Amino acid sequence: MQLSHLPRQSGVGFKPEHFSAIREGRQPIGFFEVHAENYMGDGGPPHAHLRYIRENYALSLHGVGLSIGSMQPLDRDHLARLKSLCDRYEPESFSEHLAWSSHDTVFLNDLLPLPYTHETLDHIVEHVDQVQSTLNRQMLLENPATYLLFAESTIPETEFLAEIARRTGCGLLLDVNNVFVSATNHKLDAEAYLASFPLQHVGEIHLSGHAETIDEAGAPLLIDTHDKQVADPVWALYESVIARSGPVASLVEWDDNIPAWPVLRAEAQAAQAILDRARRPAAA
Amino acid sequence: MTQVTQASFAAPLLDRSKPPPSGLRSWTGAEPVRRYGVYRNNVATGLARALAARFPVTEKIVGEDFFTAMARDYVLEHPPSSPVLLHYGNSFADFVAGFAPAASVPYLADIVRLEDAQVRAYHAADIASVDPQVLTRIAPERMAGLTFIFHPAASVLRSAYPVVTIWSMNSGEQPLTPIADWQAEDALVTRPELAVLTRRIAPGSTAFLLALMAGDGLAGAFGKALTVDETFDLGGNLADLLRSGAVIDILSEPPLEA
Repeated sequence: MQLSHLPRQSGVGFKPEHFSAIREGRQPIGFFEVHAENYMGDGGPPHAHLRYIRENYALSLHGVGLSIGSMQPLDRDHLARLKSLCDRYEPESFSEHLAWSSHDTVFLNDLLPLPYTHETLDHIVEHVDQVQSTLNRQMLLENPATYLLFAESTIPETEFLAEIARRTGCGLLLDVNNVFVSATNHKLDAEAYLASFPLQHVGEIHLSGHAETIDEAGAPLLIDTHDKQVADPVWALYESVIARSGPVASLVEWDDNIPAWPVLRAEAQAAQAILDRARRPAAA
Repeated sequence: MTQVTQASFAAPLLDRSKPPPSGLRSWTGAEPVRRYGVYRNNVATGLARALAARFPVTEKIVGEDFFTAMARDYVLEHPPSSPVLLHYGNSFADFVAGFAPAASVPYLADIVRLEDAQVRAYHAADIASVDPQVLTRIAPERMAGLTFIFHPAASVLRSAYPVVTIWSMNSGEQPLTPIADWQAEDALVTRPELAVLTRRIAPGSTAFLLALMAGDGLAGAFGKALTVDETFDLGGNLADLLRSGAVIDILSEPPLEA
């Protein structure tokens, strides 16, 4: 089984809008990440872009539609499409979400939450095993941004993720923005969440922007929107994680209200500066 | 303890007359109606935005608010069945055609059809087109029986409206001005290399291309074109067709290379 092995540098989510700017020269970008489902057409510009990225940079393939958290069987056709993309482009990493997005014959196009119980844990472990054995590679599983909780949940999210990693050998994708969003939404301490996160399994970190609203009781409710710059408290959490873990491949996601290429590149360079500080030996 | 099944969580996402499932909670103690609403909104708006990305000119014509409202109605009635959304919205044109609030824009469904053809062309397989010089190597007596294999990106759209002109003006390909000569227009969509091209074609060319695409031989297609346009120029149309990159192979019995 091939292990996930992204360079311990900063990267960005690739957007076709940026392709011509990216191709103007070598970019100070450690890796690019693409949403797998956008490259499941037969040909045309998407594959031409992806070929260029693959030939010039490290590549992370990030799935948004496998519905690993589904209580129903995994979609074998979709798994086969993922395998064929992995075989064709040989990405350094494949990742997916601790969430579900399909039910019966309907694809709901959102990362939906699940209760954390021993029953759901067994299901996810089975699905992650199936993904890893089909792709013959280790996958990374991402912590979700959630907006509500389940009365039936009995296992803390960090413990749930650690147990999946322990039982399947998968790695974890730590989305620091999701940690901040969920912690705010559930009035939990984000630092405490990160202190209990099994950092030894983390193969990649995600950073992105979120929106602020309020819930039915007037309490803050953050939405994981990926449509703006990374918020200051998220940078602070990221820096504290990197100080403990050392450099980890770190991706800036920006999927809506997409900025000009230099703006996105600057966000990646801000992450790179934090990684570089962690790489330097501490000053005397 | 209440068990929230995924079926009970999923159903109210698409059917707003159903309340959220019980068994959900928030730290505030309040029923998390608005919190559940975030997922509802993500599903409907996310899919509506996926349609907007596929049909940008349609959105420009009616405006973002109108498009989003129309697309959300479509999404709730026809949610996708595949996690691959590249071709989601196959039935959107028919929905738009029957969408009463859009009745004052009768050409809107044909703009959707044109954009659908363009997206299909964008994602179509990479296959080399035939060399336009190939016809010069074919003996005249064999021309009548030739059949043409079309690139998967190539398609013809017929419209009772000036759909190519309207599309061109709203996609920025030509200035937005009043259309003085309001008449039916047909379109040929191709993707010879990586760029999707949309070209207006005359009614005779439409009949000719549709016949060839249906598998008619060259003589049969020529005959159908003549019934639409008795001045149909076969040589000019053949040259245009081969230059357009829409043809990937030309077949003859016996084979051309024999």
